[in-house]
Amino acid sequence: MTERFDVVVVGAGPAGSMAALTLARAGRSVCLLERGPFPGSKNLYGGVIYGRVLDEILPRWIDEAPIERWVTRRVTMVLTETQSLAVDFRSSAWGAKPYNGATALRPEFDSWLASEAEKAGAVLVCSTTATGLLLDERGRTTGVRTDRPGGDIEAGVVIACDGVNAFLAKQAGLTSTEDPSHYTLGVKEVLALAPDEIERRFGLEPGEGADFEVIGGTGGIAGGGFLYTNRETVSVGLVLSIEGLSRSETRPEQLLAEFKSHPAIRPLVAGGDVVEYGAHLIPEAGLAMMPRLAGDGILVAGDAAGMCLAAGIWLEGVNFAMASGAAAGEAAAEALERGDTSAGGLRGYRKRLEANFVLADHRRLKRAPHLVLSDRMQHQYPQLVCNLVEEIFTVRNPSPKQGIVAQARQERRKAGVRLRDLARDGWSAWRTFR
Amino acid sequence: MSRSSESSPVAFEDRMATTEFRIASEPHISVHGDSCRGCTTRACVTACPAKLFVPTSDGGILFNYEQCFECGTCYLVCNTEGAITWAYPEGGAGVVYRRS
Ligand SMILES: Cc1cc2nc3c(=O)[nH]c(=O)nc-3n(C[C@H](O)[C@H](O)[C@H](O)COP(=O)(O)OP(=O)(O)OC[C@H]3O[C@@H](n4cnc5c(N)ncnc54)[C@H](O)[C@@H]3O)c2cc1C
Ligand code: SF4
Ligand code: SF4
Repeated sequence: MTERFDVVVVGAGPAGSMAALTLARAGRSVCLLERGPFPGSKNLYGGVIYGRVLDEILPRWIDEAPIERWVTRRVTMVLTETQSLAVDFRSSAWGAKPYNGATALRPEFDSWLASEAEKAGAVLVCSTTATGLLLDERGRTTGVRTDRPGGDIEAGVVIACDGVNAFLAKQAGLTSTEDPSHYTLGVKEVLALAPDEIERRFGLEPGEGADFEVIGGTGGIAGGGFLYTNRETVSVGLVLSIEGLSRSETRPEQLLAEFKSHPAIRPLVAGGDVVEYGAHLIPEAGLAMMPRLAGDGILVAGDAAGMCLAAGIWLEGVNFAMASGAAAGEAAAEALERGDTSAGGLRGYRKRLEANFVLADHRRLKRAPHLVLSDRMQHQYPQLVCNLVEEIFTVRNPSPKQGIVAQARQERRKAGVRLRDLARDGWSAWRTFR
Repeated sequence: MSRSSESSPVAFEDRMATTEFRIASEPHISVHGDSCRGCTTRACVTACPAKLFVPTSDGGILFNYEQCFECGTCYLVCNTEGAITWAYPEGGAGVVYRRS
């Protein structure tokens, strides 16, 4: 027996649940398919969630979402083998309403968000994998095939929120990218530590959290590291260039062990037992990897559309997924209302993304992924800056102190950085982040 | 001994044992060991975060699907057409990150 819904949303991650919620509220019948036994069971991230996009849609999210800690301390750090240099920012404003970022565990957060979609009337079906799209003779999407016996589901619109591997968008011919340079691999350990121990080590008040983003510390492979405090665990992990990793001799968990033993990191994680280990891909290339966002009868949102913002000092994907999912839901409702679910009828999706931060941020930061993963940004500059700071603060009496400018010149030469490259990278950083 | 192995207190099997896997009856990924014989990169061996690709003495690859994170790294790093067949496991099976 074939079921029929107005819309099938594939994937109950943040993108899918927001799409389903939006459609259910618009009075549409919507099926939210999830291959895991519960929403979030397949979803690994850092991480911190920025929930501002929920303020209007779920105004009580601050009190109701399963939050671990509200982030009040954000550290951005560069590591060399023996040195570290950090910008350590704290804001007490972030520790009170309306807050800024929150640490949360995805199996809990995603389950909560999907339950909000269910409350609005969406039908959540777990433990069911969409194995492909149903296409008519003209190549228009008319539903999905699932791995349940007789499990075809027909729909006016399919919204593919199936995450980074994006198999449905590929089948629909909206994208073909499998370029390894467009992806990074995240590996993560969850470490058990008592709440008061976490607060002591990270200098936090109860309920407050810390977010550490690290450039370098990845054993010569392009990428970076992260540390996030949960209530009674600390998440520590690395983000690694797939290409770098495949050329390397060192395995991900060894790199992570080295990161954890760095003098700047070890005191924060020492003695924490690993209670979970996992891995997940990140779509890293932003605009360069974005598929066509709409086809006849299909929309693509979230990581499946490469909408995660991975730009060195920022790693935001959940907020981009939630906003794009909601926009896809609205556009699908609008198209159904008008009775035109062709790619043209679904163009309200792109319009909405153009009008909010999703495409604006990606446009502004379109050069960032490339810049941040470049060899100079990854190795030469961190080394240069750390050596310079070390020189400035090393007392070499009886020799007098040197001028800082002269020292900077000396360190630049020692690091083998050409003035021309420095100028070019400086200019490109300015254009990227201004 | 390298610094990494010294400071890595967890044996790999113990590391993997921290994560729940609901094992499907059918493999979702298969590796066609014969295609691997001509492969010079062996990229999957270092890159797979679950260490599921094991080189054999006769130049092939031994693969076990059971403790797979379903990440996709292996098919991205593999340059040999047809060496890896990759799909998600059946609904409900595979890796399950825990609700605490
Ligand atoms: C290591 C790491 C750290 C990160 N840190 C952060 C962070 O700190 N903050 C942040 O905002 N973002 C972070 N991100 C990015 C963020 O996780 C993603 O951008 C976000 O999860 C995207 O949401 P989504 O709904 O598009 O996809 P996903 O969360 O991947 O959800 C896709 C869903 O679809 C389901 N699915 C897939 N295929 C099928 C199918 N065929 N049938 C049925 N169901 C299917 C999956 O099981 C899953 O539930 C991080 C990512 C990684 C890997
Ligand atoms: S699976 Fe691919 S990368 Fe791995 S050994 Fe075989 S051909 Fe090489
Ligand atoms: S999908 Fe990931 S974990 Fe599974 S075999 Fe491939 S690389 Fe290893």
